Amino acid sequence: MSAGDFATAGAQASGHFTVTQESKAPYPDDVLARLHADADAVIARYPQPRSALLPLLHLVQSVDGYVSGRGIAFCAERLDLETAEVSGVATFYTQYKRHPNGEYTVGVCTNTLCAIMGGDAIWDAVSDHLGVGHDETTPDGRITLERVECNAACDYAPVVMANWEFFDNQTIESTTALVDNLRAGKAVRPTRGADTVATFKEVSRVLAGFDDGRANEGVGAGDASLVGLRLAHRRGWTAPGSADEVREEHQPETPSSTAATSPGPGEVPVDSERRTGSTDSPSNEPDEHPADATVSTPAATKTTETEKGGTA
Amino acid sequence: MSVQLTPILTKFWDAPESWSLKTYEDNEGYQALKQAFGMSQTALVDMAKDSGLRGRGGAGFPTGLKWSFLPPPDGGPRYLVVNADESEPGTCKDIPLMMAAPHFLIEGVAITSFAIGCNHAFIYVRGEVVHVYRRLLHAVEEAYAAGFLGKNILGSGFDLEVTVHAGAGAYICGEETALLDSLEGRRGQPRLKPPFPAVAGLYARPTVVNNVESIASIPPILLHGADWFKDMGTDKSTGFGIFSLSGHVKRPGQFEAPLGITLRELLDMAGGMRDPQHPLKFWTPGGSSTPLFTDEHLDVPLDFEAVAAAGSMLGTRALQIFDDTTCVVRATERWTDFYKHESCGKCTPCREGTWWLAQILERLEHGQGDEQDIEKLVDICDNILGRSFCALGDGATSPITSSVEYFRDEYLEHLRLGRCPFDRDASTVFATGSATASSDVKEPASA
Repeated sequence: MSAGDFATAGAQASGHFTVTQESKAPYPDDVLARLHADADAVIARYPQPRSALLPLLHLVQSVDGYVSGRGIAFCAERLDLETAEVSGVATFYTQYKRHPNGEYTVGVCTNTLCAIMGGDAIWDAVSDHLGVGHDETTPDGRITLERVECNAACDYAPVVMANWEFFDNQTIESTTALVDNLRAGKAVRPTRGADTVATFKEVSRVLAGFDDGRANEGVGAGDASLVGLRLAHRRGWTAPGSADEVREEHQPETPSSTAATSPGPGEVPVDSERRTGSTDSPSNEPDEHPADATVSTPAATKTTETEKGGTA
Repeated sequence: MSVQLTPILTKFWDAPESWSLKTYEDNEGYQALKQAFGMSQTALVDMAKDSGLRGRGGAGFPTGLKWSFLPPPDGGPRYLVVNADESEPGTCKDIPLMMAAPHFLIEGVAITSFAIGCNHAFIYVRGEVVHVYRRLLHAVEEAYAAGFLGKNILGSGFDLEVTVHAGAGAYICGEETALLDSLEGRRGQPRLKPPFPAVAGLYARPTVVNNVESIASIPPILLHGADWFKDMGTDKSTGFGIFSLSGHVKRPGQFEAPLGITLRELLDMAGGMRDPQHPLKFWTPGGSSTPLFTDEHLDVPLDFEAVAAAGSMLGTRALQIFDDTTCVVRATERWTDFYKHESCGKCTPCREGTWWLAQILERLEHGQGDEQDIEKLVDICDNILGRSFCALGDGATSPITSSVEYFRDEYLEHLRLGRCPFDRDASTVFATGSATASSDVKEPASA
């Protein structure tokens, strides 16, 4: 996708679902054949074909990077709907983009809790830094910036999503580094998610229900998710009727898949800027923690060990 | 402290590859399913009823009763749809549960489907959490491979297909009938009830729609018994639940505890407020759609009855905590923007009302308008409440009416000064001098 496409898109990025002539150009035969094969698989998951519409729209985005005119026509044909019915659905949901999206959607949560905890300040700074506003794309086509609603990670506020992967406990500096690295083509690691952030098209394909084989990457839970459990371990609390001993905290194991995708030498992993990391994350294991990071995780690890010593 | 946490669904979230089938099987996983196949469907529904489990998605409707509302089998399909569209502001329990331990949900789906006679179940997860979707797809695949899903499960003769479906960004799809419309490939707009989904749900067939945490609670209940579950919690709000603390607390996070625990007890476990100089000002007991509480309510037992008696709702146990650096008008304005944005547009009072509410609140937050605007807010809320198909409009009024009730003077102060009296930087996590921004945030409370 060239920068020119975005200039065109920007000019017509109104609130209406306008469809340009280019957007209606037919799919090349090979692309269409693949789309049909994928659509067959999607439709087969449901008792009634129309249920496949949402995943099919994600599928269209995985090919076109937005809901194109030809994509709407394709869905309508496959599901025996009018194009207006498909458009009516596509315009209802915020993840369906009405004009070519950047390679990465960066969404800053500005719902109340995140906004107050710093999301508003992050939004202002990053919007200013990139020179784009909500649902606008940088001229290089790399980043579409969005204000997003609550993404169910309030205990990690302020939260930023990059292509719908979690970047927890953000600061102005960490989010600025995130967008800079994404624009520079450097690998970035979500706090809780796959080892690297997939592109908008790749993620759209996953959302259409096509597993990309990355479920085993990343942590099971971040620090905040484990606060109560760790407290229970320390105090020897278990559920009634449970025969469990007080367990030692599990030591994280490094999944083999992570080594290949870690940021290379000279690249600063974005999460080294973060205040808190996930101690289960390979990149954040206590002994591997970046020396310069002003993070709190080492302190947490230390006190946890003290606690364990105390209960042993 | 007498109240203790009860790690059940959160019990092995710290295990390596906690999401794997192996980890789950090491922790009693799929034993309940085996037990279920030795029971009658009626006995399973009765077990759910006897446990007193109430829906964990906010409304608190008894789960077993919901199952029992399905009409007798007529030979046609019946469906289970799991509501995994967690989007209520402040709510953040289902997403970590599905990321860390998705098999709880999958086993619960299998047991529930068997109990209600469903052969095709759906998990509708919001589309904005791609890694959670990956984990669910993977867990379902593992369960198929192990014979816990598919044809003739464990030789029982019972068949079950599970489809994990990603939404595409719409809060309203957390409303069960809007979710069903969305799952049918339509705009996610609520349906008029009755008929309830139990009678005419997905594809107009009998359907049970349950929250993730409700369904995930089924395997432990079956394994340990309804009485075990009832021994936790309070009389009418039995069992355990995940409480999510966020905001201006020292250690925000997930705390699995018996219903009836208080915020005071939870705050103590979370290390207290982030900065002792800044006391608790207001909080939501169960997401932004539940009326605000203040420091007067620290000792309200967090169960359905006590929270309702104190003027709010238990909701999703999403405890968003705000200290006195926070402007309640700004908070309310932002929540109102959310409801305006997410109103599906079907019902006039909600569609138009939230629009006007947002405009008036913007005026007030900037110290413009006059005192009559406050009355107008309350009046519009009165015209929205109970006048739309679903509860979104009702939810939109909660922060407004409760903030005016408890903090009218703060609204007036905005008008008197002609601006917001608060420094918004002071409430951020990276505020200068903020305790939260330094490393002591992670120190454990004294044991």
